[in-house]
Amino acid sequence: MDLAFTKEEQAFREEVRAFFRDNVPPDTRRKLVEGRHLTKDEMVTWWRILNKKGWGVSHWPKQYGGTGWTSVQHYIFNEELQSYPAPQPLAFGVSMVGPVIYTFGNEEQKKKYLPRIANVDDWWCQGFSEPGSGSDLASLKTKAERRGDKWIINGQKTWTTLAQHADMIFCLCRTDASAKKQMGISFIVFSMKSKGVTVRPIQTIDGGHEVNEVFFDDVEVPYENLIGEENKGWDYAKFLLGNERTGIARVGVSKERLRRIRDLAGKVESAGRPIIQDAAFREKLAACEIELKALELTQLRVVADEGKHGKGKPNPASSVLKIKGSEIQQTTTELLMEVIGPFAAPYDVHGDDGSNEAMDWTAQIAPSYFNNRKVSIYGGSNEIQRNIIAKAVLGL
Amino acid sequence: MDFDLSEEQRLLKDSIDGLLTDSYDFESRKKYMKEKGGWSKTVWLKLAEQGLLGLPFSEADGGFGGGGVETMIVMEALGKALVLEPYLATVVIGGGFLRHAGSDAQKAAHAPGIIDGSKTLAFAQLEKNSRYDLFDVATTAKKKGDGWVIDGEKFVVLNGENADTLVVTARTKGDRRDKTGVGVFLVPANAKGVTKKSYPTQDGLHAADISFTGVEVGADAAIGNPDDSLALIERVVDEARVALCAEAVGLMDESLKTTVEYIKTRKQFGVAIGSFQSLQHRASDMFVATEQARSMSMFATMANDFENAKERSNAIAAAKVQIGKSAKFVGQQSIQLHGGIGMTMEAKIGHYFKRLTMIENTFGDTDYHQRRVADAGGLI
Repeated sequence: MDLAFTKEEQAFREEVRAFFRDNVPPDTRRKLVEGRHLTKDEMVTWWRILNKKGWGVSHWPKQYGGTGWTSVQHYIFNEELQSYPAPQPLAFGVSMVGPVIYTFGNEEQKKKYLPRIANVDDWWCQGFSEPGSGSDLASLKTKAERRGDKWIINGQKTWTTLAQHADMIFCLCRTDASAKKQMGISFIVFSMKSKGVTVRPIQTIDGGHEVNEVFFDDVEVPYENLIGEENKGWDYAKFLLGNERTGIARVGVSKERLRRIRDLAGKVESAGRPIIQDAAFREKLAACEIELKALELTQLRVVADEGKHGKGKPNPASSVLKIKGSEIQQTTTELLMEVIGPFAAPYDVHGDDGSNEAMDWTAQIAPSYFNNRKVSIYGGSNEIQRNIIAKAVLGL
Repeated sequence: MDFDLSEEQRLLKDSIDGLLTDSYDFESRKKYMKEKGGWSKTVWLKLAEQGLLGLPFSEADGGFGGGGVETMIVMEALGKALVLEPYLATVVIGGGFLRHAGSDAQKAAHAPGIIDGSKTLAFAQLEKNSRYDLFDVATTAKKKGDGWVIDGEKFVVLNGENADTLVVTARTKGDRRDKTGVGVFLVPANAKGVTKKSYPTQDGLHAADISFTGVEVGADAAIGNPDDSLALIERVVDEARVALCAEAVGLMDESLKTTVEYIKTRKQFGVAIGSFQSLQHRASDMFVATEQARSMSMFATMANDFENAKERSNAIAAAKVQIGKSAKFVGQQSIQLHGGIGMTMEAKIGHYFKRLTMIENTFGDTDYHQRRVADAGGLI
């Protein structure tokens, strides 16, 4: 047992940190610190900088452009990225569809899609959830019918994140209605510009536009856009969801936010002195930092375990990451609300689509709090996570 | 970065787990509790035989040179088996003072007896009004010739009844809450002027309230600087906190395991109650709390080697907060999920709950340590 980072790992951290310092556009960083949204251009610009450096798809196999880093290096990279902060790579492309394509796709598909994912030439979105299929994802109804060399797709997806920017979608579609619900699903990718695709925005309680409904009305898709085998889509979906076990804790994001809270709490006054001098507030902040330290260690245990024993067998501790990670993220936004107090109220009617520079930084605090309620719902709600622990870990 | 045990550490774990599986089932524990001072000399000598009592001592002192991870392994195992024997008081704390500040003569006088199991120690620190502040000492040690005269009262001294030697904090100068002027003294338990009132504690251990009336000790009684040993006391108590964190993880592991087994077998409405989702989710939350505690126990073990004393103390305080919170949750919910049977002395789960509860209030509770972390500027 050796709980310290090696000299090489520490040097790697310095290298990564220096790269972010020299290459993340300052406005992009500032907007993230202030909890603002970024424009599509700002995000894509940064991802291309990262890709040029060779770090855009760092965890992919080397032959597809990955880095060959160790688990610990990936951990360090992600932590530094999140806590600098800089935008994380577009998960839908880099962490989700990319690995499915290089694992289950054919050579042609790999050649066609992977470089474009890495350089964000295509912005991908995820077509999984449906109005009637949330936690019970396998009950999905969107239908893909084979007609000659085409699929005809009909149905509706929802909660499709940033579909308004998307060029491509990867979609779970029912291709065999007679099979048991998990067995008749296929994994199909297609252009969002296809005829019959309609995107309708969903305004969320923070006032923002992050998610969408996507409708498919007789959308024609080439048969070759099927990834892997027909009716094996559920297996690929499970692979995809199990792929990112450690990133979900978002330790770096919470760290950065706690630093900001500490900074603001030293400036914002309460009872004639900075609120950080209020013992009750200070203890609440410390309590959150302690929880985060415990989570960071839990995450490191999972990372070290993967590095040593491979990713095959999930470490039981990994189930903790989603639950605690989301709770802590939510607590940090509550603490920010507490710091800002009555000035959380003013609402900027122009909203924050990344271009509203006139918006006061305080106006984003409450929306960020409202928005973060999502983190215990998405990616398998925390209740689903508890079901998983009960079944897979405790054997109940 | 490697959280796996080394080959030697694995062997150590197997050997202590094996010993306790053989000699420390719940029924045996009840018998040990009735022995003098509340623990079994036979078990203690078995621990000595396996080298566990000499584990953290250097080879030069007759020990095995074990580090923090080795102590963590032992304490987790002791927690899991709900062990009564005074490992914390004797090996971790008493031995800790000798290791960090004992003179060669003091080590020669005390270490061999600890290591071979013939002698045990107790830490007489808590006072009526000191609560968790280690510097808050009203007991006095006044210079007399080459030696000292100790006067004062100490409370809830674990292993106070059986200990051969008491490690006593006493003030050589200054006022009760001054941070300087506190020394540490080795006092024979049978010294003239030492009187003890012994009693069992809520968690089945034994302790004593001890008064010192004109107790005379020699020049060789002081460990470290008799006028300024607060840093030493903090160092050793930090190690005790780290050890308690590991013990608590062992207790939580066993509590969770016992509780999950129980709800898998207990039937109501014709089915195992573990099939109900509300109970499954509670058990899952207990798992989360236990894993977070385990992570912080490891963090505390690592922090114990930090060179900067402030960082060390802050990290260990943070660990004690997490352990306190997790212990309370896991302990309480273990009883809840057991239902009525969890309320009985007969079931072992209640005894785990009681030990976990007492650990929270030993060497600083959750609020105390949370305040320390907050006042030190946090942990980010």
